[in-house]
Amino acid sequence: MRSYRLRRRMDIAASLLAVGCVLVALTPLVSILWEVIRNGAPMLSWEFLTNRTTSGIGNAILGSLQIVMYAAVIGLPVGMLTGIYISEFGNNKIGSTVRFFNDVMANFPSIVVGLLVYAMVVVYLDVNYSIIVASIALSIIMIPIVASTTEESLKMVPNSLREGALALGVPRWKTVLKVVLSNGRSGVITGALLAVARAAGETAPLILTTMFSYFWAASPTEPSAALPTLIYNYAMGYSSLAVDDAMSQAWGAALVLIMLVLSLNISVRLLSMRRFKKKHKEARKWRTRLSLKG
Amino acid sequence: MLRRIGRTGDRLFVYLAGLVALSTLVLVWLLVALMISDSLESIEEFGFGFLTGREWEDQRNVFGALPFIFGTLLTSAIAVAIGVPVSIGIAIYLSELAPAWIREPLSFVIELLAAIPSVIYGLWAMGTLRPILVNSVEPWLVKWLGWTPFFEGTPQGLDKLAAGLILAIMIIPTVASVSKEALRAVPDSQREAALSLGATRYETTRMAVITYARSGIFGACILGLGRAFGETMAVTMTIGNSNTISWSLIDPGQTMASLIANRWGEAEGLQRASLIEIGVILFAIALVVNIFARLMVGRVMKSVPTTGGGL
Repeated sequence: MRSYRLRRRMDIAASLLAVGCVLVALTPLVSILWEVIRNGAPMLSWEFLTNRTTSGIGNAILGSLQIVMYAAVIGLPVGMLTGIYISEFGNNKIGSTVRFFNDVMANFPSIVVGLLVYAMVVVYLDVNYSIIVASIALSIIMIPIVASTTEESLKMVPNSLREGALALGVPRWKTVLKVVLSNGRSGVITGALLAVARAAGETAPLILTTMFSYFWAASPTEPSAALPTLIYNYAMGYSSLAVDDAMSQAWGAALVLIMLVLSLNISVRLLSMRRFKKKHKEARKWRTRLSLKG
Repeated sequence: MLRRIGRTGDRLFVYLAGLVALSTLVLVWLLVALMISDSLESIEEFGFGFLTGREWEDQRNVFGALPFIFGTLLTSAIAVAIGVPVSIGIAIYLSELAPAWIREPLSFVIELLAAIPSVIYGLWAMGTLRPILVNSVEPWLVKWLGWTPFFEGTPQGLDKLAAGLILAIMIIPTVASVSKEALRAVPDSQREAALSLGATRYETTRMAVITYARSGIFGACILGLGRAFGETMAVTMTIGNSNTISWSLIDPGQTMASLIANRWGEAEGLQRASLIEIGVILFAIALVVNIFARLMVGRVMKSVPTTGGGL
């Protein structure tokens, strides 16, 4: 048996090692945020945000917004309905199959999703590289995320609510839409926002489906620049700009993109934390009331 | 009358939701079939030789996938070798050691690593990580480990080591959060039993907790591996894009995903079919890895976190 002092020292060393691991992971996070702000902030100006490439990133911002918006229009309803089905009617073979492949799909490499959509839309339907093709690719990425968060938040709704509504003679579909969904609402919204944030940062599928353009896109059937593809093209030197100019514009675009993505993520977290606290408060209120009544 | 309307509504709603749920599944598998048929030109041309071909020459129309399979495996191995120990350390800290008030905020901050778009990781690696690698890390590695085949050559900063490091950072949030859940699922009686026998906290964690949670942790590592396989943009921007097979980590290379991103714009005809075939191989690997990870993780968690996927 080793001495107690040695074992004690091993214990402290192991704890320090674990703390060290946390610091190792936090270093790149802090460094990325710091570098993006340091290099990107001097670029921000009204002209930079509204001019089209190559003197600004206006068309890339608009392109990103359009692509993500169309993707949300396609992906969110489909994902939510899938989640509702798995949670409310999925206690059978179909439900468990859908759930299983949904989880598998959620972790597909996104470049493969880009290839899949290219294989259908560009090759077979003969549609050109455009905003709408990119939206279809991003919607396929969003669907499993939305479906699984919807399922999880509906599962949290207590069964007594469903039973109560059904006992009052409300048909099942109305119970699901009016009672279950409205109780699990905040979780569903959280999932939708997370999926939008994830889609906004996707780059690989865009390279395969919308390419790049230096002009304003007149309609969704035209190719367009987007923030992630702009960053990629400028950083790799695939542009007519001088290397330094391209790099600093890429940093500026990165700042805009990271603000968009992180603000979505952080607001989701604050929302769910407030929900959590509110529930606690209510529970405490009820407990005190009950105890007052004795 | 009212009851009948209610029943038809019920049936309609169930069918509609079921149809939508199934249709995405069917659609995705249809797309997979279409993708395979798009790559037929290349499959017929090269057959199984595609997997062992070492050349990618668009002048002579000869394409082979071996350098990219090699690059994918090597960079993912670096990522797992560095990323997994760090992630397990984080998971242990978050589940066993950290004071209660810090757990929630800290795991949120770690998960923010997964929220950063991969193209920004690439930009950061080119702008910030590369000078550090070229000026201090790689010369040091060459000086002390230059006699091994892994560190031959001159430091360039855009190479397999850089790609592996970036991948290591990117898999941390996935591996750490799934491992943390696996550790959390260990019943407290395990810990109490070990502690009551006089074990220190380290011994308790090592013998009673990690042993109990090992299949979940293993599943987490497989998930991280799947993420590293498919990661595209950050790798394309850091690996240096060279179609050669070299064991040296400070030589440039290419992965399957980065090849597709890199060559897509210029590729036509047979080369495009070959790129799609690379995509098919990548898809098959990702499918196997994810199903395996799902089965491993499924024992401790109901659903796999959807943070992965190689943005």
